[in-house]
Amino acid sequence: MTTETGRPALEARDALDERIVVTATINGDERSWLSSSRDSLLEALRERLQLTGSKEGCNNGNCGACSVILDGRLVNSCLVMAAEVEGASVTTVEGLARPEALHPLQTAFLENAALQCGICTPGFLVASSALLAQNTAPSEEEIRFWLAGNLCRCTGYDKIIRAVQQAAEEVRTGVHRSPIAGTGTHGAEAGVESNTAIEGE
Amino acid sequence: MQALKYARAASVDDAIRLLRDGGEAARVLAGGTDLIVQARERRREVHLLVDIKRLAETMVLAYHAPTPPDAPPGFYIYPGLEVGAAVPLYRVYGDPDVQRHYRALVEASHVIGGTAIQGRATLGGNLANASPAADSIPAMMALGGVARVVGAGGTREIPVAEFCTGPGRSALQPTEFIVSLYFPPPASRSGSAWERFIPRNEMDIAVVNAAAYLAFEGDTVSEARLALGAVAPTPLALPDVAAALVGRPLDDAAIDRASAAASAAARPISDMRGTEAQRRRLVGVLVGRVLRKAAARARGEEVPA
Repeated sequence: MTTETGRPALEARDALDERIVVTATINGDERSWLSSSRDSLLEALRERLQLTGSKEGCNNGNCGACSVILDGRLVNSCLVMAAEVEGASVTTVEGLARPEALHPLQTAFLENAALQCGICTPGFLVASSALLAQNTAPSEEEIRFWLAGNLCRCTGYDKIIRAVQQAAEEVRTGVHRSPIAGTGTHGAEAGVESNTAIEGE
Repeated sequence: MQALKYARAASVDDAIRLLRDGGEAARVLAGGTDLIVQARERRREVHLLVDIKRLAETMVLAYHAPTPPDAPPGFYIYPGLEVGAAVPLYRVYGDPDVQRHYRALVEASHVIGGTAIQGRATLGGNLANASPAADSIPAMMALGGVARVVGAGGTREIPVAEFCTGPGRSALQPTEFIVSLYFPPPASRSGSAWERFIPRNEMDIAVVNAAAYLAFEGDTVSEARLALGAVAPTPLALPDVAAALVGRPLDDAAIDRASAAASAAARPISDMRGTEAQRRRLVGVLVGRVLRKAAARARGEEVPA
């Protein structure tokens, strides 16, 4: 019994492999769970911890839909074994927003329409957050280079780049400049300060 | 299908024992960016992953300059660069000493996969995987890299230039694994460079890649190493082509002769990424570029990647 990308389904892994207990800090909370020794970190997140924000795209390290932050570094969770994160700290897309507000990147992706089907979006958000954590003033080239391992097959990259630039500015200056609040003009030239995501919502 | 187990090595000896007990289907896990996919897609039979990431020996990244002549008597540190086999690429290209002395290594490791791959993938893993198109291997060859290997039979050193024996095959014996890679300190007036050709801007496998190291005494080339990737069943060192550069100035004629000789020495195939003729032509172009870049760096010029 295998999935479309050829990996064994949950039941097959449980029947076949060693059961292991993994303890790690997931989005700030210490979690211990029972995994199969074959589980990737992505499988553990989605199927053991029900954190389904991280997506399985290619399952071989090309698409970036499974991007998570492992001990401060951006990684593909499909290329990490669950057993490897024992004692480590993992941040997934579920860990970006605070209870009272979305992460500036999430707001910026919404306001810039930087997604359509949304499958690649969690990976882009996590990868972009790792970039902003070390560089709050990235150039367009730096953003494109950093996100080269994240593939989007429907929206294209321009709106994503624009959203990351907007979020970077907000993180850097503390000022939120929505491209759609107020006059509806595009980009930073609108200059409208607003804390609401979408006008009239 | 067989079970897939995971074990974390507590020491180098523990890793050797795990590999011996695990037999042929036990594999060393460093960054995992190749191995985990190969195990999942059953391209390699893997029943045991031996994780070597929590060992001091495999996580070291240290450069020691040659001991200065005025050092106190008895003061000697073995000079050169030691890169543990499990050190991720972002640490390699982010290291100031590597940036200063081993530019070819920076240029190659900076474009292997994307950011997430570089957070995990390693030079040791790239070498052990032994892909003919591996990006870092020609750079390591040009820089005179040596793999420090341990196994049940003891320790030995294998020059990177002799490590790969075929596509996906290497000189490693069962129970053996790479602990670290060693690079000699570059000569004082020297430079290195690495280039690759891909049809995309990023995230692609080389159609051809090439690396060079050059040292000078006055205007004369005193030392040269050249290597190519994706043009033979293994990454290809070109000692004869490099030797012909030594003892004379690196003028246009010398560069043209080296480019032509490298094109002739390549043994490329035609595949989905490029034809044999295109690859031979690319070898000539890239060898010319890496020689000029390495020479400019030896002169102290800032040459961007």
